[in-house]
Amino acid sequence: MSTHTITTQKVNFKVFRFNADEDYLPYYDDYTMEVTSEEVVLDILNRIKWDYDGSFSYRRSCRHGICGACAIKVNGRSTLACKESMNTMVDLFGSDLIFEPLSIKRAVKDMIIDKKDFWEKHDAIHPYLISDVDEHPEHEHLVTPEEAEELNEADLCIQCGACHYACPVVEINEDFFGPAAFAKAYRFEADVRDDAHTLRLVELHEEKQGLWDCVKCFECAEVCPKDVNPIEKITKLHQMLFKEGVATSNVATRHAVGFKHSIVKNGVLDEGGLVLYSEGPGIVKHIPVALRMFVKGKIVPPWGITKSDKLDEIKKLVKSSSTAKF
Amino acid sequence: MKKLKYALFTGCTAKQSTPEQMMSTLAVADKLGIELVELTEASCCGASHLQDYDDFLSLVLNARNIAYAEKHGLTMVTICNTCQLNTAMTKHRLDTNAALKAKVNEKLKEVGLEYQGTSMVTHFLYAIIDDFGLDKIKEMVVTPLSQFNIAPFYGCHNIRPSELQNETHKKPESAYRPTSLDDLIIACGGKNVDYAEKNKCCGFHVELQAPRTAAILTGNAIAGAMDNNADWMVTPCPLCHLKLDTQTGHASEAIGREVALPVLHMQQMLGLALGCSAEQLGLKHHLTKVNFV
Repeated sequence: MSTHTITTQKVNFKVFRFNADEDYLPYYDDYTMEVTSEEVVLDILNRIKWDYDGSFSYRRSCRHGICGACAIKVNGRSTLACKESMNTMVDLFGSDLIFEPLSIKRAVKDMIIDKKDFWEKHDAIHPYLISDVDEHPEHEHLVTPEEAEELNEADLCIQCGACHYACPVVEINEDFFGPAAFAKAYRFEADVRDDAHTLRLVELHEEKQGLWDCVKCFECAEVCPKDVNPIEKITKLHQMLFKEGVATSNVATRHAVGFKHSIVKNGVLDEGGLVLYSEGPGIVKHIPVALRMFVKGKIVPPWGITKSDKLDEIKKLVKSSSTAKF
Repeated sequence: MKKLKYALFTGCTAKQSTPEQMMSTLAVADKLGIELVELTEASCCGASHLQDYDDFLSLVLNARNIAYAEKHGLTMVTICNTCQLNTAMTKHRLDTNAALKAKVNEKLKEVGLEYQGTSMVTHFLYAIIDDFGLDKIKEMVVTPLSQFNIAPFYGCHNIRPSELQNETHKKPESAYRPTSLDDLIIACGGKNVDYAEKNKCCGFHVELQAPRTAAILTGNAIAGAMDNNADWMVTPCPLCHLKLDTQTGHASEAIGREVALPVLHMQQMLGLALGCSAEQLGLKHHLTKVNFV
């Protein structure tokens, strides 16, 4: 067994300070500390409060990655403070670290934010099992290991908000449910005991708030401290919309399905044809940019598309391997 | 050094909305003495949208594309971040799930193909850095880009999810502090610009259904580069390129500020440094004029 040596290094911290009751603008306090390889981000928050400034405020409780209270941003990255080691942070960002709340515009005091929007969206997706439970069962409601696997660990979410406040769409579109709510919705949609039928899916299909506004940036997967992988759940929910017949024809669903039409016809995409199929009459709004692109040789007419070689193979595979209908 | 040879998965945009990307890829490969065997049999990768509709079909189609690279016994290089994501994700899922791989191969057998998992899938940017080497690039630069501040725009699907980084190239990079594109800028003699949006999303994938979101993300990216004194931007992703180059009108309107910068594909930047001509690199195909060449 190798001996475990504790190393120390000097780290400079820039720490966000703001008291919504008193301050007009936030400011940053600077600290330089010797940090050991044993410490996690939460230890530094504690040291700032205990050794430097008792008024410094942050949420903490379990210290074991379960309660989800202590998520903050370190150099812009959502980070569960009790989980991430200082070594990891220094590896990621170097020895100048910036501590900020998960969302600056929602800051109440220092690291503490108002998570109201997070909880509203969490509540909006019916985050509970909807089922007619027999209150006097004669035997257990058995769930097989294979059925439990279907949750894909979505049940590990601790509602820390790391993904929600890392999501660029949440910042722009206040109706958007966000990755945490989506992962939670999946957790119940994938549960064999759940009987909500299309209740959640119909709401998840709605534009602006729903799945179709996800930009597929993978920021949520990157920051989740429990490896819930929300984007994977978002993709699975998209597939469920089609599988359960909830998906109605709109620009986003036609866009997804349009890829198949294009592939079966050309192997490759017919970009113009895809936009036309997706938008329908709405294509007119693209005409000004499209004309400029045409002039610059960036639009190929349908008859000019170089189709994939061995297109017959592709047609055959599309026929034999399709699993979805629209 | 042994001559480098790859199977090229061009993706769809290189043949349609970003012809300059195809031209510059070939021009740069020629300068570097890299042989590219184009996978003309390949289909579209599904761009993560087919994946929302029919997961299994998208796996089969991507596995077929990789199978053709395997037939050549070559590493597959992509020139689009989203092609890279969908192809590498297919490989990841098939290589880690024997049952799924068998199911996909059952379909591929119908057309006489088999996915084995023997070809690596990497982006041309990473192939150049890992296999060709930046030191050699530096030696070959004939027109150093030393008068330019160049803003790298990485594009989500090359750097996230980071679990694919280990599998797609030799020197995995951080999604938070990526360096590949910065390193290439420096190797070309340019000055790399640091800005907060360099590893953020351009909004491409919701352009049709959420145009405001898409336009704000594009606007923020260009504004971030402009505010840090970038002369122009560079990206390895043609989809990011389409957003940043062709959507400046919508982006400016969305963020309430005029934004526009010339945006080059990483192949075009490298090509300029290696002495390729503007014609070879297709610089005339841009909507935001490349005004410095």
